[in-house]
Amino acid sequence: MAEFTLPANSKISGGDHYPAQDGASNVRTFKIYRWSPDDDANPRIDSFDVDLDDCGPMVLDALIKIKSEQDSSLTFRRSCREGICGSCSMNIDGTNTLACLKSIDDVKGDVKIFPLPHMPVVKDLVPDLSNAYRQLASIEPWLKADKDAPEGEERRQSPEEREKLDGLWECVLCFSCSTACPSYWWNSDEYLGPAVLLQAYRWVADSRDDNTSERLDALDDSFALYRCHTIMNCAKTCPKGLNPGKAIASIKSEIAAR
Amino acid sequence: MAQDRPLSPHLQVYRPQLTSMMSIAHRATGVALTTGTIVLAAWIISLALGADAYALTASLLAHPLGQFVLFGYSAALIYHALNGVRHISWDLGFGLTIPQVYRTGRAVLLATMILTAALWSAVWM
Repeated sequence: MAEFTLPANSKISGGDHYPAQDGASNVRTFKIYRWSPDDDANPRIDSFDVDLDDCGPMVLDALIKIKSEQDSSLTFRRSCREGICGSCSMNIDGTNTLACLKSIDDVKGDVKIFPLPHMPVVKDLVPDLSNAYRQLASIEPWLKADKDAPEGEERRQSPEEREKLDGLWECVLCFSCSTACPSYWWNSDEYLGPAVLLQAYRWVADSRDDNTSERLDALDDSFALYRCHTIMNCAKTCPKGLNPGKAIASIKSEIAAR
Repeated sequence: MAQDRPLSPHLQVYRPQLTSMMSIAHRATGVALTTGTIVLAAWIISLALGADAYALTASLLAHPLGQFVLFGYSAALIYHALNGVRHISWDLGFGLTIPQVYRTGRAVLLATMILTAALWSAVWM
């Protein structure tokens, strides 16, 4: 059953204020969700005043500046800073995206930053993705071919067959989409969610894969697949501009057409 | 670990999207229509029960509160029917890009307002 309110240990209260350095003129306030496992306190929202004249253009630049100059305990995932690794996914200004691809200029007023929604929090902006990764493993996201590739050759695809993978292979598994999906919020124990279902379709759509029928059998489940009600928050929020909702609709129509 | 991991905020922080708001409205109007069907059934049953029973139902429905319920029922019916066409189209694989979702979504909202207004101006004039 869906719980619309936060559990007692998750309710947010209070927070500290970190002023900008003296002489800062172009100041923006970043309001950031904080929680540490090292004490018994509830989550809080800290406010960090950042001088944008001395900061890179992206939200990730501000987070790194805050961590180096104001509070070294601020915890978040990041790696590539160019939208390829999928590490810095978080809820910024009310929608999920990659901090490295989100321009500070695109946010009006205070920049509010939370971890990916409806996830267990490890620390600050770091969510526990174990369940999502388990679900990804469950769709067996690798090539299953009946025969080995011809000796010394690649498995050939026509340009048309290859084109079917466009819009699917680009996913960086940041889980912005799954954690933007109300269905996934309420049913993540059984519903696979948009990110994992897009991956599932990536292998269903692959002409080199011989396991299509078994893959569709495994997906044909009222919870695993059909908790998708085409809400489309997934495609709206995807920082890579992909369309998980469309991929899920393709799985449904492949199952219906069998 | 000093305590269980907290759950990150969700409804509390996620900015309302046209996509999710129209989806929850589709469900809400569906529930409202199920309830409204009871009113429809009462109206038909009272018709079968004879002139006195029908006059009572008709007067209840003519009351401002009754008119309000009927207005809400008709708006819900029009929205649910129009948005249902979007859902059928999505299930057939059409109109699933975000620009299309937004265009058809805004069209459904506008058409719901226009058709509901047209219906009630016809009723009241």
